[in-house]
Amino acid sequence: MHELGVTESIAGIVLRHANMNGARRVLKVNIKLGELTGIVDRYVSFYWDMVTKDTVAQGAELNFVKVPTVAYCNRCREEFRIEEYDLTCPRCGEVASDIISGREFVVESIEIE
Amino acid sequence: MDIRILEGVFDANERIASENEALFRENGVLAMNLMASPGAGKTSLVSRTLEMLSGKVSIGVIEGDIASSVDAEKIKSYGVPVVQINTGGACHLDAAMIREALGHLDLPSLDLLIIENVGNLVCPAEFNLGEGLRVMILSVAEGHDKPLKYPLMFSQSHVLLVNKIDLLGMSDFDVGTLRETVRRMNPAMVIFEVSCRTGEGLPAWAEWLERMVRERKNQQRM
Repeated sequence: MHELGVTESIAGIVLRHANMNGARRVLKVNIKLGELTGIVDRYVSFYWDMVTKDTVAQGAELNFVKVPTVAYCNRCREEFRIEEYDLTCPRCGEVASDIISGREFVVESIEIE
Repeated sequence: MDIRILEGVFDANERIASENEALFRENGVLAMNLMASPGAGKTSLVSRTLEMLSGKVSIGVIEGDIASSVDAEKIKSYGVPVVQINTGGACHLDAAMIREALGHLDLPSLDLLIIENVGNLVCPAEFNLGEGLRVMILSVAEGHDKPLKYPLMFSQSHVLLVNKIDLLGMSDFDVGTLRETVRRMNPAMVIFEVSCRTGEGLPAWAEWLERMVRERKNQQRM
């Protein structure tokens, strides 16, 4: 819903690092995106061209690496993948209290020339 | 050439949120972020809470809306300090908006700051404001299937108020199903069933909130 603002934040981060490294052009942006964030990647891509128009990041490819939602069961001491946001451990039936991944939204790296 | 960055997209907001959090802590203020969809009863809950806790707890209110000051006007009639934030189209409040609003409030004189977020079950859950307590409302008219549709909000909130329970007999809303779904998503969630119209269930909520405010004050003294 707030993908435009989020795209501006990504562009801000990317352009700052591109300038620091004297980039002539940004080719690719690698972004880690957790399943639990409400962000829709294709809308971010849609806004990207508009937000980066006439900058070194214009035309850069956005590569989203999706991170699944994973919880940790304190009783079994094992991680398990969450489906349908149900935190019940598939092994012992205990409801886990810790979600250990799924909320990531990180600009990991950029490829520049 | 590959450049490693590892910068969170929400990092800027998180930084300001932790500054807000420190301010609340230093001043012994419990900041409560109130979130729900439009029409669920956020402003009614703020009004009822003010009525029940007035004289016991010193309360300030921040009203977040896309436009207008309708809610702030309503709350002002209770004689408490109110700051209206108009987001000008943004679908949520963020930490910077709160920091600016705090400039218009006398934090040391407050025990509880109620922040009424923009009516929306999606975006407000993504933006930390520095609050100590996240409270959400789901009204009976919205249906008991909402946790699965808006999972982030339900998994991030500390308290769920099921409002408009006076309408239970007129709908298919199943409180048991809701409780079971929520327990599987967020086992620590505290649930109150209330009606802001009839007042049912509200005293239990007000007592609980007052206890939380006292605990925050005691932490400040330690």
